[in-house]
Amino acid sequence: MANAPHQTVMRSGLGKARGLGSAKTGTAHWWAERATSIALVPLTLWFILAMFRLVSAPRFAVMAWAGNPLNATLLLALVIITFHHMALGLQVVIEDYVHAEKTRLASLLAMKGLTALLAIAAIVAVLKLALAA
Amino acid sequence: MAEFTLPKNSKVQKGKTFPATGAANAKTFSIYRWDPDTGENPRMDHFEIDLDKCGPMVLDALVKIKNEVDTTLTFRRSCREGICGSCAMNIDGTNTLACLKPIADVKGDIRINPLPHMPVVKDLVPDLSHAYAQYRSIEPWLQSDTPAPPDGERRQSKEERAKMDGMWECILCFCCTTSCPSYWWNSDRYLGPATLLAAYRWIADSRDERTGERLDALQDPFKLYRCHTIMNCTQTCPKGLNPAKAIGEIKTLMLERQG
Repeated sequence: MANAPHQTVMRSGLGKARGLGSAKTGTAHWWAERATSIALVPLTLWFILAMFRLVSAPRFAVMAWAGNPLNATLLLALVIITFHHMALGLQVVIEDYVHAEKTRLASLLAMKGLTALLAIAAIVAVLKLALAA
Repeated sequence: MAEFTLPKNSKVQKGKTFPATGAANAKTFSIYRWDPDTGENPRMDHFEIDLDKCGPMVLDALVKIKNEVDTTLTFRRSCREGICGSCAMNIDGTNTLACLKPIADVKGDIRINPLPHMPVVKDLVPDLSHAYAQYRSIEPWLQSDTPAPPDGERRQSKEERAKMDGMWECILCFCCTTSCPSYWWNSDRYLGPATLLAAYRWIADSRDERTGERLDALQDPFKLYRCHTIMNCTQTCPKGLNPAKAIGEIKTLMLERQG
């Protein structure tokens, strides 16, 4: 046995299968994905219809529309839920395909930071439009 | 990253052709061959078989090839009637049991590969050790604090028993698990449809008293929630079972108990 190849992993199959055990989380993420997608159906339809109605409207008409508290609320809801949903979905994609632990963590942080910045920018834009009126 | 191409030493090359001379009703079987002892890349060998002198199923052709053409062809088989799960392999692009797959179902040449994305032991024999260990990890046996009645078996109503239909029939051939892209990319942590179906079989068993602990063990972004409802599992199951539905039931219970 002097020339037996060096083995780096001798852990049992069951040990590998159990791994680090259950993270005791997952349902909240999964359910948030579903809940946000359901909420986005009416919100997106409402937004598309509103945009069709505002096509070629003058700037003051758009500002008046966005200044309406109901419209401003729905716009903010649309923006927040869209970016939340996007972050949840992209997280799953990254976890699916990126396996190196450090790269995975870095990608997740970058993705979440970028999504948060985009969401904040969109919120600022909506508030500027809505409060300018 | 997930790998989307085969490593260099796994690239499949052209193999030998074994013609069926003088056969009136010949069909070609293209079979994946790999021998760990030669150090060569895998290859596809082509066997022409006279269907007039062969049984109706793909397994019959494999046995005929092993008996009459090339005795080194290696595959698992046992019951030849779809109850042992040994001859699970990829036939004509779909995971199924060779003993239940009629040759006549496939138009043109029949391509036969081992179950996808598993280490290959030899030819059509995949290494299922990890999948078996994952099955073991969900503790697939009855666990109950209440002792069984001294004079008989644990009782179950007809309605309670009916909840296990569609799950006890699973023969653990792992056709579903190895058809799941999510399992291909994350098999180190994702349990896969066969094991999750088995987990739900025990969750749904009215005699089992560890339902909560079983759900606890699955409460994980990878072990359970790598299932993205791709449904390959249900489509490929040679026994006509629905692992995707069982996984859906587990997710529903997870939601139900968190309120």
